[in-house]
Amino acid sequence: MLYASGRFIAARAATTFPTPPKGRGPALRGKRRELHIPGHLESPSCDALAGQRTRPSAPLAGRVILKRGRMPPAIGGGLAGSELRPRKGRCGSQAARARGRDVVPEAATRSPKRPARSSPQLEAASRWATLAVVTFLAFATRFHQLDQPPHICWDETHFGKMGSYYINRTFFFDVHPPLGKMLIGLAGYLSGYDGTFLFQKPGDKYEHHSYMGMRGFCAFLGSWLIPFAYLIVLDLSKSFPAALLSAALLTFDTGCLTLSQYILLDPILMFFIMAAMLSMVKYNSCADRPFSAPWWFWLSLTGISLAGALGVKFVGLFIILQVGLNTISDLWHLFGDLSLSLVTVGKHLTARILCLIVLPLLLYVTIFAVHIMVLNKSGPGDGFFSSAFQARLSGNSLHNASIPEHLAYGSVITVKNLRMAIGYLHSHRHLYPEGIGARQQQVTTYLHKDYNNLWIIKKHNTNSDPIDPSVPVEFVRHGDIIRLEHKETSRNLHSHYHEAPLTRKHYQVTGYGINGTGDSNDFWRIEVVNRKLGNRIKVLRSRIRLIHLVTGCVLGSSGKILPKWGWEQLEVTCTPYLKETANSIWNVEDHINPKLPNISLDVLQPSFPEILLESHMVMIRGNNGLKPKDNEFTSKPWHWPINYQGLRFSGANDTDFRVYLLGNPVVWWLNLVSIALYLLLGSTLAIVMQRGVQLPAELEGLTQVLLRGGGQLLLGWMLHYFPFFLMGRILYFHHYFPAMLFSSMLTGILWDTLLRLCAWGLASSPLASSIHSVGILSLLLGTAYSFYLFHPLAYGMVGPLAQEPESPMSGLRWLESWDF
Amino acid sequence: MLGFLRRPLVVTADINLNLVALTGLGLLSRLWQLTYPRAVVFDEVYYGQYISFYMKRIFFLDDSGPPFGHMLLALGGYLGGFDGNFLWNRIGAEYSSNVPVWSLRLLPALAGALSVPMAYQIVLELHFSHCTAMGAALLMLIENALITQSRLVLLESLLIFFNLLAVLSYLKFFNSQTHSPFSLRWWLWLVMTGVSCSCAVGIKYMGIFTYFLVLGVAAVHAWHLIGDQTLSNVCVFCHLLARAVALLVVPVVLYLLFFYVHLMLLYRSGPHDQVMSSAFQASLEGGLARITQGQPLEVAFGSQVTLRNVFGKPLPCWLHSHQNTYPMIYENGRGSSHQQQVTCYPFKDINNWWIVKDPRRHQLEVNNPPRPVRHGDIVQLVHGMTTRLLNTHDVAAPLSPHSQEVSCYIDYNISMPAQNLWKLDIVNRESDRDTWKTILSELSGAHLPDWGFRQLEIVGEKQSRGHHESMVWNVEEHRYGKSQEQEERELELHLPTQVDISRNLSFMARFSELQWKMLTLKSEDSEHKYSSTPLEWVTLDTNIAYWLHPKTSAQIHLLGNIVIWASASLATVTYSLLFLWYLLCRRRRVCHLPEDAWSRWVMAGALCTGGWASNYLPFFLMERTLFLYHYLPALTFQILLLPVVLQHVSDHLCRSRLQRTVFSTLVVAWYSSACHVSTMLLPLTYGDRSLSPGELRALRLKDSWDILIRKH
Repeated sequence: MLYASGRFIAARAATTFPTPPKGRGPALRGKRRELHIPGHLESPSCDALAGQRTRPSAPLAGRVILKRGRMPPAIGGGLAGSELRPRKGRCGSQAARARGRDVVPEAATRSPKRPARSSPQLEAASRWATLAVVTFLAFATRFHQLDQPPHICWDETHFGKMGSYYINRTFFFDVHPPLGKMLIGLAGYLSGYDGTFLFQKPGDKYEHHSYMGMRGFCAFLGSWLIPFAYLIVLDLSKSFPAALLSAALLTFDTGCLTLSQYILLDPILMFFIMAAMLSMVKYNSCADRPFSAPWWFWLSLTGISLAGALGVKFVGLFIILQVGLNTISDLWHLFGDLSLSLVTVGKHLTARILCLIVLPLLLYVTIFAVHIMVLNKSGPGDGFFSSAFQARLSGNSLHNASIPEHLAYGSVITVKNLRMAIGYLHSHRHLYPEGIGARQQQVTTYLHKDYNNLWIIKKHNTNSDPIDPSVPVEFVRHGDIIRLEHKETSRNLHSHYHEAPLTRKHYQVTGYGINGTGDSNDFWRIEVVNRKLGNRIKVLRSRIRLIHLVTGCVLGSSGKILPKWGWEQLEVTCTPYLKETANSIWNVEDHINPKLPNISLDVLQPSFPEILLESHMVMIRGNNGLKPKDNEFTSKPWHWPINYQGLRFSGANDTDFRVYLLGNPVVWWLNLVSIALYLLLGSTLAIVMQRGVQLPAELEGLTQVLLRGGGQLLLGWMLHYFPFFLMGRILYFHHYFPAMLFSSMLTGILWDTLLRLCAWGLASSPLASSIHSVGILSLLLGTAYSFYLFHPLAYGMVGPLAQEPESPMSGLRWLESWDF
Repeated sequence: MLGFLRRPLVVTADINLNLVALTGLGLLSRLWQLTYPRAVVFDEVYYGQYISFYMKRIFFLDDSGPPFGHMLLALGGYLGGFDGNFLWNRIGAEYSSNVPVWSLRLLPALAGALSVPMAYQIVLELHFSHCTAMGAALLMLIENALITQSRLVLLESLLIFFNLLAVLSYLKFFNSQTHSPFSLRWWLWLVMTGVSCSCAVGIKYMGIFTYFLVLGVAAVHAWHLIGDQTLSNVCVFCHLLARAVALLVVPVVLYLLFFYVHLMLLYRSGPHDQVMSSAFQASLEGGLARITQGQPLEVAFGSQVTLRNVFGKPLPCWLHSHQNTYPMIYENGRGSSHQQQVTCYPFKDINNWWIVKDPRRHQLEVNNPPRPVRHGDIVQLVHGMTTRLLNTHDVAAPLSPHSQEVSCYIDYNISMPAQNLWKLDIVNRESDRDTWKTILSELSGAHLPDWGFRQLEIVGEKQSRGHHESMVWNVEEHRYGKSQEQEERELELHLPTQVDISRNLSFMARFSELQWKMLTLKSEDSEHKYSSTPLEWVTLDTNIAYWLHPKTSAQIHLLGNIVIWASASLATVTYSLLFLWYLLCRRRRVCHLPEDAWSRWVMAGALCTGGWASNYLPFFLMERTLFLYHYLPALTFQILLLPVVLQHVSDHLCRSRLQRTVFSTLVVAWYSSACHVSTMLLPLTYGDRSLSPGELRALRLKDSWDILIRKH
């Protein structure tokens, strides 16, 4: 709370300084002068006030006047009031420009003189001071108690572990692109973490391992969200109170705070999303000076941030979509501007293609190149990838390996499904449970390397000892009838007319027989795709299908996960549909046959584009594979905006140190109300404008801010929220946070505009002057107070659970579904 | 006085012979030999079942679509006097004589036939020439896939009919907007738009795509209307209100009406009852209603009840116990409490009966007056047949080791105290002191731990995180117990329950339950021999074999006219490219097209290309099994677009007379080739001719088509 109050003094200073005159006359002139100067002073952020390029220029509310935040009291009610409004002074220079010459001279004549209010230097200084305070507060809240709890929280177990993999350079597989984990790994490496901690399960103590570097890095990026939000809103609305409100909402949101404090991908992702949004907004406001240095700077920064966002999680696609839409509408306006030649438009187009498509793509590919280069040791992710891919990992059995080239009878092999992320044909000493087909040994596919993946290839009619040196080598040929014997259990791969466990229309595949003696249902015809009869079968290269002789079905994997009895491995079936799909095509990977000469496998090295493509296929399949199980409580997208249920980060019992990811309900519900209000207000204003009602210039400015600036944020919220309704994968509460950022910024703009509208509507009453500042201030204070109430959620709580009356959180469990 | 006599009475009939001819041809092509084949063809086997259920008034649940389409098909059966007695079990089975095949197939065929003149009218209303309109209609007429689909008891042709009707009505409405708003005609077409949209949605959920398209177009037009400053505010408001009522309120009301009629018609219990809640089942005649009728409503201490799991997945089942105990040691070596097993049993059984007991009292019969059990009361549950108490304790459950075992307590005297107090938590209570009502109340017992259920195994969940449905139970059968002695009570348990009052759910409650069940019922994602992916549809890489003659090689396939499909896709691409080009040119103020031609072009594109896209693209997001016939609605919109593009090319892109003549010749040549392909495929469309293997092979225009050739 100490921080909060400190911040408010500053905020208050910013809003009210310098005190405007109660007089009415000189506002416009004074404003105009002030407007131009700061634009020059504030150099890196290219000042939006400078103009709106070719669009029918929308009067944006003037920043400097807004900063004063207080309406001069209107003198003379009724008609006079509306006549005076333009002078109350919130239209920026362009507004004045747009309105044309008739207003300005009039105002100028009416306002003879006005005491100079503040020096431009002071203006700029106060602006920087506010930004500094906002940034400081953000960092202070994020870094406060960062080391608590000193054990693994929630998904730190994954991402910390993956950071360690980078440090150890072992190959792994994850459903997200690598940038986030690479950065975490880098942060750990630089801060002296040696990658030896196992990150086994949440709750494990870090002890002597250095984890603060990684947490600190995430918190560092997470802290930047707030100044970014501040700057975005400032740029969109040109209003300090709106920007402050947005920043406060995010600073005081316990959810954002919690999510930024741990080793997670989300702070990194949100950092890039907000950076992309900020640079997009900035380059939009440079539009009047195309091809200038700041313009190029912001444009390419947008591209870089987009690559970053996509490099962390595929959710980055949504911000790419948003930037894409913005660019299209931008180009559309340029294209419609007949004063620009087609060559100029072409230049614009090329610049955008370069910075927003080529540059991010290059960066993204580079990220993968680094990822592949760094991880060059065999690790837990090998099995997810194709045989050719594995050959480049040192320590993998295929690395620098030499194996017999052609398949022969008696060889010990592993068989891998061609579809990515299905794995090896596998069997183990467990039977299918009662009621699921015949009670015979299970056959599954398994992603990891294991002795149970080994099969011996035998002739269907003889059971000779394969190792016997007296028997001459006989190669397996396309179209041969074979038998596959499981090496560990000596059972034959078998199928019969029983339903498969999950895919009811397919047949069950089992392990059958004793010591290799079974029945005719163990016979399979081996076929090479697109090959003629009688050809030999090549290891790794030949794509084979196994056709069951008796039923005529094809061995395949449905890719469905078996329940617990099947150890959550994937289902293997025999499908009666003979269409060639990757599911039913296999290749031979390991091949052991002492009687045959070995050849080197270097020929198999895949090219980089192949690796890139394969990694993406595997990631996409992995993402789709994350399906909720039956009877599991899952988070639904509609839960999120209402803050229905949080996520337990750490601890469950009353003696534990508990951290609970839950949005500050005051902030979240305010956001929710704001979206509804925005839709109402926005559509009303849009209809009014469509009806052709001439709004007073002041309202016109507010409307533009609301519809343009607010519209962009609303679009951002929708793009980051609605696609989740279409996703089949398992969803979590924290997926909502990028959308929440946009929604908070929208709230800032909405309330600022709304209060200004109120003030305008009540212009005649004495309340008008204070309604805006009082409103904003009470919102700020309310948020801060709610943060004071809920901060234990983020900073951790010990002691009785909230339902006990003696708990510090008692009375704060406003929804029964929150369990802290 | 007799002034009217001075003038002759004149009736002017304005008959568009084109339209008449098209209708005639449409009827001829769709109704010809309608009763052939007199056997179950493809999905008739599926829809036929439901027709039989309607005829017998038996309740069923079909998750494939809302009931209006099924009811229309059943109407055909009703008109033909079908009694519903046919076993729909196999494609290809011969129809028995009581099945009125002709009238069953009549409605879809009529809908298919009328689509032809409707295509003509739509193109006319889009302000294109008669010639173009004829072209569109003739293409519809000869499209083999549309013919096949409308000659059978299937829903697509009805859906297409209402889709087209919705578009046509909207166009008529829109065209009368300028000269006579609020006239009778205007109202008629406006309401008609809403009605046909609702019918389309009522036939298949897919209809919602066309509905959204029409809504979208209407919204854009409404937005222009708002911008029209010649209209007064009141006038604009009236316009908007009329549209809102006709396009939003009317469809919703109508949709509810379909369900109302559906539920009115089906009042008998049937095979799908078990999926529904007990309360819903009790509202059907027969089945559960027969058992539950007249049970006492309020559960009292001493009541004998059966408890049904509300979740109903994977099977609806009742809380059950029996003499057997848990094995001492499970297969995987974990130990159990060796107490009496508690399971969830999917069949009615005497062992499903439980007695609600007050823990402070000993007797098991109901007091007089009965003391009702309320929310929050602590109860014990006594198993009726074994008189053991329902118990849970900190022992791992047999299959889900993270949950607690539930048992009926046997005192082995081994310092394992009984933990058999359960707190009653009525989930759908209105007040905190609500009494426990049979069937209506859903409750979850909370024994400090709550209970849950996995795979027919009963477990106690340690924590109740929210309320998952699998932890909620309701009382299905119920009676007041009267006897204290065990033998008497056993006798009593075997008696049927007493009977009197009936409880009715309101229509809205039944509707929402049914709709919810229909949307959430997950039919197992089945693979089908003829299933296909959306990408294969555009190029017609796939077909569906509908029927094969039992002896000869006469067969029916869903197979489109490849010329039409290819050129329709081409037209869509051409349209999109031209549209983009014009748009860019207009942006640079270079106008190739006069304003009225441009607006016609945009309108045609919005409805036809939009119709195609909205009926096609969503399938890429769907995870269910898809078939070629899902593409037919999109195809009709594409066919409408085809002649429009041709006319545009001829009018605006052909510069000289010569070019125009050449182009017309090409079009005629192209159309005759389409006709040729159509006649060639006709035997597979009607299935009336047995073809030799050679002929069949010749018909296999694409390698991916699966045409059945007998081997001997």
